[in-house]
Amino acid sequence: MISARTNTLANLRGRIERLEAHGDTHALDRMALGHAAADATLQGGLATGALHEVFAEGRQSGAATGFIAGLAGRVTARRPLVWVRQDFSDIESGALSMSGVAELGLDPRRLVTVRAPDADNALRTAADALACDAVGAVVLEVWGEARQLDLVASRKLTLTAQASGVTCLVLRVAAEPQPSTAETRWIVRAAHSPPGAAWTAWGAPMFDAQLVRNRHGALGQWIMEWKCDECLFSEPAAYPQPVAATPAHRPYQAAAFMADGFEYRERRAG
Amino acid sequence: MVSSTANVAQDENSEEFLNEIARNTDNRLPPPLRGRVGERGKPQALPLPPSPSLALPRKGGGNSAAAQDRPTTSQDDPSVVVTKQNNALQIYALDDAAADLGLEVGLPLANARAICPHLRVFDADQAADAKLLNDIADWCDRFTPLVALDAPHGLFLDITGCAHLFGGEAALMHLLCAALTAQGFAVSGAIAGTAVCARTLRSHAHGRIVRQGAEADAVSPLPVFALGADEAITRGLRRAGLKTIGDVAARERHEITARFGAGFTNLLEQALGQGDAPISPRKPLPDYIVEKRFAEPVATDEVIAATLSRLAQMLVVAMDRQGKGARRLEASFFRTDGAVRTIVVDAGLPVTKSAVIDRLFRERLDALRDPLDPGFGFDLIRLSASRTEIVVQQQHDLDAHVHDNDELAALIDRIAARIGGRRVVVHLPQDSHIPERAAIAAPAQHHLATAVQAIWPVRAESEPPLRPLRLFEKPEPIKVPFAMVPDGPPHHFTWRRANHVVVRVEGPERVAMEWWKPNGERLTRDYFRVEDEAGLRFWIYRDGLYGRELADETGEPIPANWFMHGLFA
Repeated sequence: MISARTNTLANLRGRIERLEAHGDTHALDRMALGHAAADATLQGGLATGALHEVFAEGRQSGAATGFIAGLAGRVTARRPLVWVRQDFSDIESGALSMSGVAELGLDPRRLVTVRAPDADNALRTAADALACDAVGAVVLEVWGEARQLDLVASRKLTLTAQASGVTCLVLRVAAEPQPSTAETRWIVRAAHSPPGAAWTAWGAPMFDAQLVRNRHGALGQWIMEWKCDECLFSEPAAYPQPVAATPAHRPYQAAAFMADGFEYRERRAG
Repeated sequence: MVSSTANVAQDENSEEFLNEIARNTDNRLPPPLRGRVGERGKPQALPLPPSPSLALPRKGGGNSAAAQDRPTTSQDDPSVVVTKQNNALQIYALDDAAADLGLEVGLPLANARAICPHLRVFDADQAADAKLLNDIADWCDRFTPLVALDAPHGLFLDITGCAHLFGGEAALMHLLCAALTAQGFAVSGAIAGTAVCARTLRSHAHGRIVRQGAEADAVSPLPVFALGADEAITRGLRRAGLKTIGDVAARERHEITARFGAGFTNLLEQALGQGDAPISPRKPLPDYIVEKRFAEPVATDEVIAATLSRLAQMLVVAMDRQGKGARRLEASFFRTDGAVRTIVVDAGLPVTKSAVIDRLFRERLDALRDPLDPGFGFDLIRLSASRTEIVVQQQHDLDAHVHDNDELAALIDRIAARIGGRRVVVHLPQDSHIPERAAIAAPAQHHLATAVQAIWPVRAESEPPLRPLRLFEKPEPIKVPFAMVPDGPPHHFTWRRANHVVVRVEGPERVAMEWWKPNGERLTRDYFRVEDEAGLRFWIYRDGLYGRELADETGEPIPANWFMHGLFA
């Protein structure tokens, strides 16, 4: 009697383990981002064949697009990138400019853009594209709150991504994070260009990326610079001023403080 | 070919027209407006459109006396459809009752009213007529793929090689005319070796089938106006005492040409079967057609899907024999009540697998905004490959790149089938220095190969991005209270009701518009890359050089406007 019950329990435990193994302890391939601290936290880089979410405020859509384009550039590895967006986001934050994509060091030849009429179609198209393993990554861009993107939808996307090994990147501008099965979730803002004399080069994409969810590791917040020439993220370049004694993060802190009163206490030195 | 003299009254909803016909009960049968059908020799002409108003009741033989006694019009009164010509309302079509009164097409409405005060009058709706004729032509596609319109009321069907499928020419014409008559159309038709001969015959010899070579005998006794030439020519012929086509044919051709022009001579020769001109089918002939006819109409989704799969297999087998693959596929669903729905899917690469065809149509049917409505069922489903290409068999690279491209093309096809080919785009560089014209988006189905090979301008190494990642299609106006120096960048600006203080600026990058084009925008733009205090990077420009390009009426320079054109990452 007791042994029968033990047996049943063991069976059930085994089944639960197998179920969970499918989702959780799935061996994820990782692609390094190039930013040492972030890669360490992510245990080697961004997981491919998984779902990642990037959130941003409405006015930060440029930065968020740059960040997600960078992530996509890292994981696609010379394969096509399918970018699914709603008609509406063209009006709100501008259409994706191919000159701009090329300036970021990405290849516009590998980009297929889908303009979906609504969120339902966008979601379905993204799921379709995810199932095709010839694609390197799929970016799903949805502006504003979308009730279609619920836990069920994200679960489906995750499973499809796992099955095909294609990475799914979801860009949510002007939306609040909701429960989802994403592997990581980022909140992105633009960061200041490093201070310097007026004639020094400035304007490289700089992001203040906050990792607010990570299913397999710790969280963190970093200032990342996108290196257009090498096509990777990195710590911000050393400042050109000769004031070597100044802690590297201080100018940021000062500038950021001025801007929105936010202090980067957790930020590690670059 | 068929022609009819009907129109549809405005209050008739022509969209619903065919359905309406199917539902007509006896008391709603339309009056036999005068209609004729012409046909063509091997070609044949058929059906005609209905008449103005299906709602008109059939009227017994012109009982006009009774009608005249009534002060107001009623359903039984003669009806005419009028249109405005030369600033006067003229009769455009009329029913039998009106014809019995001696009214005729072209008579001014005022005269007609004088003859018959209780005439029922409808406005002509020629757009609805044309649509109706087109719908009938769609329906006629079941007999032959070569259907041409003979506006306003006729159709030409080229039945070469098709007649035996329906039991011969006579059986085909009977089938066609009977079906249209049952729907309430007045039809006349004829079959002849040339389109013009068939058209000439159909008004005066409905049902006539002329053997090859017998055209001249058939048309000779007919009056000259049956030729359908200009009114001036017809009048001229009659004045010359040439009353029948035979009379005209008896004259020397050069006399006719000298008096009435070469165009008329050609028409005459075609009517006599001595010359021929091709008809202009509405649609190009598909390369392959497979179809399934049902004795009993089918209406369930499962049967329709299964039929499509079977047709896809047949089509693939037929194409495979000639090494072809389909780039464009059309599925036509012929409803029992005459409505035809055609659904088209495109493929980026030639399709050679029936499973792919099946899947494309499933995606398309699922996504139809206006779903397929079987109504009382479909009695014919046809699948045609309207564009095909020779399939080049490719050996896959070891690194499987070719294979990848195939899979991507298949994915693009599936997405395009669902949301439309124009929504799936690749990007091609353009030779233009104007930022918004530096690239265009082209449908991915047709330009994937070009896009993969495209050569984009190389970015400058170790420079930050000089072009924004997001570009507004329409630059958005921003408010700039003042600039740091008169022709310099702004100190701060307001965009979308938020104020941005500029902390870093680079510029100007001056972009002159295409002034050499007559309608090109003329104002030069000075672009600035700016960063605000929150770290957001923008691309803004001043539209016009400071104090030089814009002036008011008195010649005083006025400040140029500023615009937000893009966002940097």
